[in-house]
Amino acid sequence: MATYLLRRLGLALITLWLLSVIVFFAGQVLPGDPGRAILGNLATPGAVATLDHQLGVDRPLLVQYWSWVTGLLHGDMGLSYQFRSPVQPFISAAIVNSVKLAGLAFIVVVPLGILGGVIAALNVGRGIDRVISVTGLSAATLPEFVSGIVVIVIFGVELHWFPVSASAGAGASPLTQLDHLILPAIPLILVLFGYIARMARAGTIEALESDYARTATLKGLSRPVVIRRHILRNSLLPTITVIATQTGYLIGGLVVVEVLFNYQGIGKLIFQAANAKDFPMLEAGVLTIGIVYMIATLIADVLYTLLNPRLRLGSNQ
Amino acid sequence: MISAGPAGPPIAAVAVAHAPRRAQAPWRLLLRRPTFIAGAIILLFWVFCALFGSAIAPHDPYAQQLLATNVAPSGAHWFGTDQIGRDVLSRVIVGARDILLITTLATVLGTVLGTVLGLAMGYLGGVFDVIIGRVVEAVLALPVVIIAFLFVVALGPSPLTIIILIGLIFTPLIARTVRSAVLVESQLDYLSSARLLGEKSPHIMFVEILPNVVPAILVEFTVRLGYAVFAVATLSFLGFGIQPPTPDWGADIAANYGVLPAGYWWSTIFPALAIASLVVGVNLVTDSIEQVLSS
Repeated sequence: MATYLLRRLGLALITLWLLSVIVFFAGQVLPGDPGRAILGNLATPGAVATLDHQLGVDRPLLVQYWSWVTGLLHGDMGLSYQFRSPVQPFISAAIVNSVKLAGLAFIVVVPLGILGGVIAALNVGRGIDRVISVTGLSAATLPEFVSGIVVIVIFGVELHWFPVSASAGAGASPLTQLDHLILPAIPLILVLFGYIARMARAGTIEALESDYARTATLKGLSRPVVIRRHILRNSLLPTITVIATQTGYLIGGLVVVEVLFNYQGIGKLIFQAANAKDFPMLEAGVLTIGIVYMIATLIADVLYTLLNPRLRLGSNQ
Repeated sequence: MISAGPAGPPIAAVAVAHAPRRAQAPWRLLLRRPTFIAGAIILLFWVFCALFGSAIAPHDPYAQQLLATNVAPSGAHWFGTDQIGRDVLSRVIVGARDILLITTLATVLGTVLGTVLGLAMGYLGGVFDVIIGRVVEAVLALPVVIIAFLFVVALGPSPLTIIILIGLIFTPLIARTVRSAVLVESQLDYLSSARLLGEKSPHIMFVEILPNVVPAILVEFTVRLGYAVFAVATLSFLGFGIQPPTPDWGADIAANYGVLPAGYWWSTIFPALAIASLVVGVNLVTDSIEQVLSS
């Protein structure tokens, strides 16, 4: 168990390092000359060179990468080009907002997705299964802004049930905030529903076809008991892992939803940084998403191991 | 992304059952499925629009009529006009071209590279397999849209950038599916006999294994096509994809959703429905192919 955890942690660190290289490459190598990008085409070469020197982007790449990474390890995410102030407070504030929105979507979609997947699996091959599967797959691949537009038109503009903007303003009560977050949560719920239902369906079908399920049925247990005690306990385990891997996606999907609903979360922050060519902010935001994802999958793997007696007690891994 | 896991092994196993000489059978089964027919009709409709859009569009999709802005759907303009008086129907029809072209080319690129990589990972294994496995993990840690976004910002938006980028992001993901299909194949007798006959690795990979993992690749291709539509439309919506004034569904929604609260719903809803129908069409076809191959 301890060796497994260490191994798992080591792999996560390697992945994190690779991620930092990808992000650094995209943010610091590809744009070419940040000084030119910020000052525009009309700036004199001297001014561009001075700014490049101030930003430290005229140093060798390895030196830049090293100072960027060591800064990150000390909690220093660098200076924002657009605000000329440290990036870190912006990221923290945005994360809090995003967690509210993502949390709401999660609380709704997890039970819903599992229920949908299990119902589909119990009726495998029948009409209801095909409907849930195709709807789920379509919901998962329908861009958030498309479903977002549809819910804005129906519930915001036509029925006036919910406010169209996600931000409730400063000092709003939690209930008002919730009211503002319902519409933006719907596109996220739709996308996640497809993933979770698909995984729950696959897990349940596998459990249904297993020998222990057949034995339980043959020894005379009623179908509800077989489903509850034998099928669900086994099929929901892999679903936990999937739910965790979707947190990375979820935070990423926030970009579109937050832009569409004008909500100041991590997604909107990245979007604004991208438009302003504020690479330190962009890199920090994207890396934050990656780290959150890695932590979530790590927790999921550990949970999965702890919950599964076969892995906890067995000698494999 | 998730579909790769559960879909991989069973499909690969089925590949063995369908010997190459009976390869026509799945096509007949597909044509008998109503969901496949429905999906194919939707896709063919958009392909038709992409090919002949300019000829069948009732108006010039670029022509602005500043005296007829935000006109509600009517006989003259079935889908109404947008903020600067362009015909929404014409823009929806002509807008099919770029998104179809970009998503298809990107998915083809990813599938070709991913297949080669996956064959090598599955058959050659070893260090190669471990390294690529880590890269896949790192790529998976970010949503496709975010990676694409990061690089498009750095490189500047152009259709070619998007095609290459999405193709490269898909490569390790497709490679993973192909790899697991190859691993199932490598247990089988025909490979050991090929090895005993003294065949070289490239021959075994591309002549012996490849035809047997084609069903898995086909399913992966259609699944990825759906995600490509998602990614390209989203990039366009965020302003990092196809640039205005070129007619494009995502970009047109971005340009017009600001007037939604004023009640001008038609300039955003119709492009949104176009994207939705394309996604549903791809998924109906994907689902049917998966059903046929696993039945």
